[in-house]
Amino acid sequence: MSTHNHLIKPEAEKEYNILNLGPTHPATHGIFQNILKMDGEIIMHAEPTVGYIHRAFEKIAEYRPYNQITPLTDRLNYCSSPINNMGWHMTVEKLIGCEVPKRADYLRVIIMELSRIADHVICTTIIGQDTGATTGFLYFFQMREKIYEIFEEVCGARLTTNIGRVGGMERDFSEVAWAKLKIFMVEFPKFLKEFQSLIERNRIFMDRTIDCGPITGERALAYGFTGPNLRAAGIDYDVRVANPFSSYQDFDFSIPIGSNGDTYDRFMVRIQEMWESVSIIKQALDKMPTGEFHADVPEFYLPNKEDVYSKMEALIYHFKIVMGEMDVPKGEVYHSVEGGNGELGFYLISDGNRSPFRLHFRRPCFIYYQAYPEMITGGLLSDAILTMSSMNVIAGELDA
Amino acid sequence: MNTTELFDHLSEKLKSQFGDDFIGGEIQYDFPVLIVEKKRIIDVLQFLKTTPELNFNFLTTLCGIHMPENKGSELAVMYQLHNMVENWRIRVKIFMEDGDTKVPSVTSIWPAANWMERQEYDFFGFKFVGHPDLRRILNMDEMNYFPMRKEYPLEDGSRDDKNDKMFGR
Repeated sequence: MSTHNHLIKPEAEKEYNILNLGPTHPATHGIFQNILKMDGEIIMHAEPTVGYIHRAFEKIAEYRPYNQITPLTDRLNYCSSPINNMGWHMTVEKLIGCEVPKRADYLRVIIMELSRIADHVICTTIIGQDTGATTGFLYFFQMREKIYEIFEEVCGARLTTNIGRVGGMERDFSEVAWAKLKIFMVEFPKFLKEFQSLIERNRIFMDRTIDCGPITGERALAYGFTGPNLRAAGIDYDVRVANPFSSYQDFDFSIPIGSNGDTYDRFMVRIQEMWESVSIIKQALDKMPTGEFHADVPEFYLPNKEDVYSKMEALIYHFKIVMGEMDVPKGEVYHSVEGGNGELGFYLISDGNRSPFRLHFRRPCFIYYQAYPEMITGGLLSDAILTMSSMNVIAGELDA
Repeated sequence: MNTTELFDHLSEKLKSQFGDDFIGGEIQYDFPVLIVEKKRIIDVLQFLKTTPELNFNFLTTLCGIHMPENKGSELAVMYQLHNMVENWRIRVKIFMEDGDTKVPSVTSIWPAANWMERQEYDFFGFKFVGHPDLRRILNMDEMNYFPMRKEYPLEDGSRDDKNDKMFGR
């Protein structure tokens, strides 16, 4: 060993490589640019650049009536767009003081938990993919397809769903949707179990992910982490429990937490959350109340299309809602939901006009991605890729 | 403690600590909103964070607001803090005149504020004093205006490729 010491240059003469990782690098799953200063394979410094798909949603929202903002929220975290939609609807409901019937709440819970599963399926399989375990990505990923089929049955769209309305759901689940959901509830646990047994205790996977991109709970809080990434660092904060929305207080579920905040913990927290989601959906199916699937707020809830063509009141309300002529109270309101990545908040100021005066999205990705340089500095390049996929940074949410 | 009690409690605390620099507040839905002088914002947030009994140690979000109608205090920044143990959420607001956009940066208290402040600089042009790296973050560096301010229309006014003579836009 010592014979080669003369080859190692002293600190002052060291030359570093600058590596441009991204903007469109196949390993980063999205448009992320990181300019890395490399010492061989070790990252000395990282400088992320964001904003490549910035679409100015906060500005556009100031020019759109409330119902037309839902499609914008679809495009935040597009892996779990129903949660964003519901979050927005609930924000408006809070502003106008609308009480949603229990059945609508439960239907929403089912949809939200399904999309949480879809989100976590993407993240966990991609962690597998990036460690070289392609099987999960190809095999377990079909469960996302099944979830999208349910969404399609409920709202007609798959990825950017625009699901639900202000005041409830746009329609009750159809027979086919219930049937598909039932099949999913039987199939999914088997797949999840298989995927878990394939990866979770795999020696190669564990060696690869344990201690990869760790963050302490304290730093995670300082950096504004929420969601699975914060819980992986050992802090049991979940909006569903802290500020229950959409009747989450009716369900019995636990919050899985990790201890090291590394890639393995983030993976495991997401796996366990999928089990919790399955249990929540099961409870919702068992306890599904009867009754209306939307609140009785005709001045905000888009009426049924058949009624629009045959009833005068429905036509009037339809026109008023589409043209944005509703009486919205003045005020400012913040509402947050537990999105796939953490606390997704909507800060809305209304001045009584047809569109928001100011709408600010608290996007969990945007806030926690700034810890990324700190998490990867001193590690290997291949760990940086893995850390990014385990943080589940979604470009749409990052750049809004 | 419910929202009203929390609001009264915090108002009393801030009043005794900061005197006239605590301007007042209101309750907006389930949030106590506290308004303070801009120059004391760091002290106020530090006080809210470090006082053991209050313990607002999590910065949920911060954002700028532009209100051209509100003469004399056209711009505002709101900070949303969270005490996760007691599950208290509050909003702290500062107001300022349009010409005077210097705001003390809170990055020294929460590193999370770094990009949030860069975003609000990008959108509104707030000059966060003490920020380690105040650059545009979402828009391109060459942009010469602050797009979220109300005087700028949704679409770039300099475009002439869209003719609205016939149908309006």
